[in-house]
Amino acid sequence: MPAEVYLNVAVGGVLTGLVYGLMALGLSVIFGVVRVVNFAHGEMMTIAMYIALTLFSLFHLDPLVMLVPIAVVLFAFGYVLQAGLINMFIARPEHSQFLLLIAIAIIIVNTLLILFGPDSQNVQTAYAYKSFQYGPLIVDATKVYAAATALVVATALFGFFRYTHLGTAIRASADNQTGALVVGLNVKQLYALTFGIGSACVGAAGCMLLVIFDVTPSVGPAYTLLAFVIVITGGLGSMPGAIVGGVLIGVTEAIAGLLFTPSAKSMFVFAILVVVLLVRPQGIMGQRTA
Amino acid sequence: MKRTSSATERVTRRTVALGLGAAALSTIAPLNIVRAQTAPLKVGVLLPRSGVQAGIGQDCQRGVDIAPGILKELGLPVLEIMSADTETKVEVARSRAEKLISDGAQVLVGAFDSGQSTAIAQVAEQKSIPYIVNIAAAPQITEQGYKFVFRNFPTVGMILNDAFANQKELFEQAGVAPKTVVFMHINDTFGTAMKGGIGAVMPKFNLPYTIVDTIAYDPAARDLSVEIAKAKASGADALLMVSRLHDAILLTRELVKQRWSPMAILSMGPGWYEDQYLKALGKLSDGPLSFVPWYDPNKPLSKKLEEALAKSSPGVNLNTNHVYTFEAVLVAADAYKRAGSSDPAALADAIRKSDITNNASPGPGILFNEKGQNDKLKGSAIQNRGGKLVTVAPKVAANSKVEWPLLPYDKRG
Repeated sequence: MPAEVYLNVAVGGVLTGLVYGLMALGLSVIFGVVRVVNFAHGEMMTIAMYIALTLFSLFHLDPLVMLVPIAVVLFAFGYVLQAGLINMFIARPEHSQFLLLIAIAIIIVNTLLILFGPDSQNVQTAYAYKSFQYGPLIVDATKVYAAATALVVATALFGFFRYTHLGTAIRASADNQTGALVVGLNVKQLYALTFGIGSACVGAAGCMLLVIFDVTPSVGPAYTLLAFVIVITGGLGSMPGAIVGGVLIGVTEAIAGLLFTPSAKSMFVFAILVVVLLVRPQGIMGQRTA
Repeated sequence: MKRTSSATERVTRRTVALGLGAAALSTIAPLNIVRAQTAPLKVGVLLPRSGVQAGIGQDCQRGVDIAPGILKELGLPVLEIMSADTETKVEVARSRAEKLISDGAQVLVGAFDSGQSTAIAQVAEQKSIPYIVNIAAAPQITEQGYKFVFRNFPTVGMILNDAFANQKELFEQAGVAPKTVVFMHINDTFGTAMKGGIGAVMPKFNLPYTIVDTIAYDPAARDLSVEIAKAKASGADALLMVSRLHDAILLTRELVKQRWSPMAILSMGPGWYEDQYLKALGKLSDGPLSFVPWYDPNKPLSKKLEEALAKSSPGVNLNTNHVYTFEAVLVAADAYKRAGSSDPAALADAIRKSDITNNASPGPGILFNEKGQNDKLKGSAIQNRGGKLVTVAPKVAANSKVEWPLLPYDKRG
């Protein structure tokens, strides 16, 4: 097979992986701070995808343009969910939290089914069929735009956590909850803010994924699983790890499909996960805990 | 003491005997299978109206919806349609069939899918109620020696034989043929069964092309860019496809983005001709050839069906789902008229003796062999043309010539 085929496929994998990474970043942020595993992560992303789809259908608003308002809506959704419901479960056993979030996921899927039906839908943007050609390299324009947007959003998020007071406070409450309470931080509110920020991430990722892939209510669980695979591979709670994990999974899917059989792409993704768990259980960029 | 004339006092041996007789009749009455022909025949229509196949099930229902007017025009008796949802599940199909029969259905029709139809066939045979399969291609449905199961739809073997015969006819018509193809198929039960069937049937036809690569892909795939990159890299002239709707749309998008226009797309199944495909892709949907059970556009009944569908569902093209579901209902009405009764045995016998030449599917008409299979049906080759579908083979059922090769995607304006 010509070398340019590998190059084309690998570049496509990297670009898709960046968007996967942003999606997983939200999960990683929430777990890293709130220590709650969001089993409704993919389903929340489908909410964002359907909001973007509706805005496109009604007003022809490009999902990438509507990324910020939709992220704000998802932020509000996540904030209210954490402040109004999940905070009550923080001190409860983990299985109670799991069941709560799985229930939320099921409610989201079924509500979307009632509202939008089971058929897959997509947006036909002006660049939906566009691709860039550089010599033998042909790159899908939608993936380029989505990946570039993912990079911008991820960089802004890193900047927020590193350089703002609020970001520092959130990191402080993640590192030492008691210490944060002692210095007067409102940890529960910070948790709600963090859940909101994680949800905003997934809202932004949903807008980007909608320009690449179709949406159906039933894709939510598949994205939740993918996000878990990515954050566990990259390192649960590690923000750079989520991006690295996303790219690794994106490239693995692509190259495995090319070298072996496309229908076994998922098998190789899970093989990577197993290898990482065996060799480096804390994930590629995760920190070993005692 | 003076005796009063109360109800209890009026009970005599005669009234007891009458009561027992009435009770016996009331036990039989719920079965209510045999009716005079003046009463409408109760037809239980089982379709996947929800679940994964919901869209197709609802499309099949359009064939039922247009039936009353056309049956009346043909002088056939009135039917009472009893609808049931199989939820795209085999076990639900079985229980709904049982429920329909207990509710008084005298004939069953459905159920689009081979697995669901197999389950319904078992129930129908057990209860001795005639069952007319609308769409399902698994050969075993009519290979079980059933007496009450009939199918006016080709088996997988018939579909493949006709598909390759029609391909050869088209290559002759075009004066050119691909030398190499990549075979891409969806990796589910249908896709793998078709792969097996194609492997078995294809060598008999001495086709001008060879398969240079076989690519199986996940039915739930979100992205098929790698699959198209691999197919493109093979350098094949054409694509031989076994798909469903969603993946057909994804594959076309990737063909455009990866700037590859093969000489032809030869589809051996659904997806590439469906309305949603045509609407989702607009001009980009033009060109693929689908080798499928279809209808003969030149038959008078096909024109009636087209007109009726245009009225009931504007903007929807007549397709396999509508035609074969309608024809299943037509078989029931025709048999009821000839049997003169809704007795199941008489109805089954009448269905077995069907000889409906005023039909829409390609071939001499609707007639069943000793197994209950219409083995005279012919498959067609259809091509997408400007949001419509034209039949290009076989010659006897064609209404257009093939456009060959596929117009490159970057030259479609």
